[in-house]
Amino acid sequence: MGQNTAFANGSARKTKVAYLLQRIGANWQLYAMLLIPLAITFIYKYIPMYGIQIAFRDYTASRGMFGSTWVGFDWFERFFTAPNFWRMIRNTVLLSFYSLLWGFPIPIILALMINQLRFKRFQRTVQTILYAPHFISIMVVCGMIRIFLSPSGGLINLISNSNTDYLSLASAFRTIYIASGIWQDAGWGIIVYMATLANIDVSQYEAAKIDGASLFQRILHIDIPELIPTIILMLIMSAGSLMNVGFEKVWLLQTNLNKATSDVISVYVYQQGIENAKYSYSTAVGLFNTVVNIILLIIVNRLASRMSDKVRFA
Amino acid sequence: MNKPAAKDSRVPTGLSDRTSDIILVIFCVIIVLLVAYPLYYVLIASISNPYDVYAGKTFLLPSEITWSGYKAVFAEQSIVTGYLNSIKYTIIGTIFSTLMVFLSAYPLSQTASKDLPGRKFFSIFFIITMYFGGGLIPTYLIVRQTGLINNMWALFIPGGVAVGNMIIVRNFFDNSIPREIVEAAEIDGASKWRTFINIIVPLSRPIMAVMVVFAMVAYWNDWFTAMIYLPGVDKAPLPLVLRGILIRSSATASQASTISGGFAELNKITELIKFASIIVAAAPMLIFYPFVQKYFERGFMAGAVKG
Repeated sequence: MGQNTAFANGSARKTKVAYLLQRIGANWQLYAMLLIPLAITFIYKYIPMYGIQIAFRDYTASRGMFGSTWVGFDWFERFFTAPNFWRMIRNTVLLSFYSLLWGFPIPIILALMINQLRFKRFQRTVQTILYAPHFISIMVVCGMIRIFLSPSGGLINLISNSNTDYLSLASAFRTIYIASGIWQDAGWGIIVYMATLANIDVSQYEAAKIDGASLFQRILHIDIPELIPTIILMLIMSAGSLMNVGFEKVWLLQTNLNKATSDVISVYVYQQGIENAKYSYSTAVGLFNTVVNIILLIIVNRLASRMSDKVRFA
Repeated sequence: MNKPAAKDSRVPTGLSDRTSDIILVIFCVIIVLLVAYPLYYVLIASISNPYDVYAGKTFLLPSEITWSGYKAVFAEQSIVTGYLNSIKYTIIGTIFSTLMVFLSAYPLSQTASKDLPGRKFFSIFFIITMYFGGGLIPTYLIVRQTGLINNMWALFIPGGVAVGNMIIVRNFFDNSIPREIVEAAEIDGASKWRTFINIIVPLSRPIMAVMVVFAMVAYWNDWFTAMIYLPGVDKAPLPLVLRGILIRSSATASQASTISGGFAELNKITELIKFASIIVAAAPMLIFYPFVQKYFERGFMAGAVKG
């Protein structure tokens, strides 16, 4: 920057342009490396973004994404007046809210406990085993859930000595979804907290111990303050996706009988779009979801930056 | 073994510490059992008589050990095809996505060039796609228009540039490979590309391992992309094939024709196949990940540096 301010007249600008061209030329191989990733991103990310306009059009294959009839907000109105609109909003928000409520604190607690294990080989073994479910496909996990919840001889019914068909109970769906989610990902979730806790200087523990602090006090006064920035960051990231219930698991666990609680927007987008080929309508529903998500993300970010200021001064 | 000695020197100083140690260990053992038991139960059930499984006789040990579930799984043509497809997709997808991550991360790093014209623009160009996208249907329509339906490249190309991973790798270049190395190579007359291949790539093995692990797990377990873009039955990866068995509980035609013991025997095999196929699908990753545990843990630390 500094060297450029010295030039002011036209010939200097020419030198500047020449200099820029020269730098571009010297780096042409770097641009060449970027070429394929840029092309892929442009074609499969940016053109679809432009294609969102089919949410405001009546898409027909013959007239294409950018030439079909403009219908404005018709599809959105149809969605807002759909018989299950409020049910879907409610289910989507509640499912992710309860997932966050139960699923968020557990990895933190696990990390605090495991970090204090003194026998390092035992600690490694515990961590290894807790990661395991994360490496299993959601399809397989849902297969296991179905087997365990089977009314005739499923593990849960054997233990409780009953024969309830849990997957046809709307009241059980959220518990199934959240508990299995915790089983699968709580262990994986500890990694980021363990990485933060690994930064704590061991001498801090030594000093606290000499002062007579118990294990619980050491966790409370050394570990938790160290974790708070990470916790806030993770909370922002999860809270921003409150309307983002993943499609896969809900779809695999949905039955006709539990729809009262398992009917969520992402599944609806899939069913309307891919199964029923209502491209415009499905895009409109998806766009509505995305917009709500972005608004949530902005609100949460604002709140969080205010909150973290307070935490810093507290 | 290679842990710093300092932490191990925290010898118990009093009864309260020893008590809390015991409580911690008990707590962790309970958690480990809760996590591991469902997998153990499926493993046992896959080699037991299914009637005993459903009668609750196999909580701890298998009964009447049988391998017929596994035999049936590997005799089932669709599962074998799915298995081979999954292996193929995992290999190609891992190579492709690791290549894309490196090709996009390196030019945008401080290591490659002090001030590449347009670097900021390109970075933002990629990062925007993390927060905003076209959504299911517009993306589907573009994939269809570019002729990728029923083409396996639909699994790799549209989602090929993993921006989150790109940022992790770029941070690795910025923080771990000093610019001076690249400058020295260029003074010796190496081109940017040569420097990348001969110097940068060998130096980035640790982060490459992380990217390979992430990609392998993602491709081995993915089925949604295949469900949308690859409707052809012979192209389905393993998890998608298992959908018929695990979610819809359907006995396949070839199963019914090959089993000779009548309806009861067919029922038995149908149930055994469920357990065995879960093990068969989960085993490769479950055997593999403990060996690369330190790599993905390190990957999170690398990502945590910049938040």
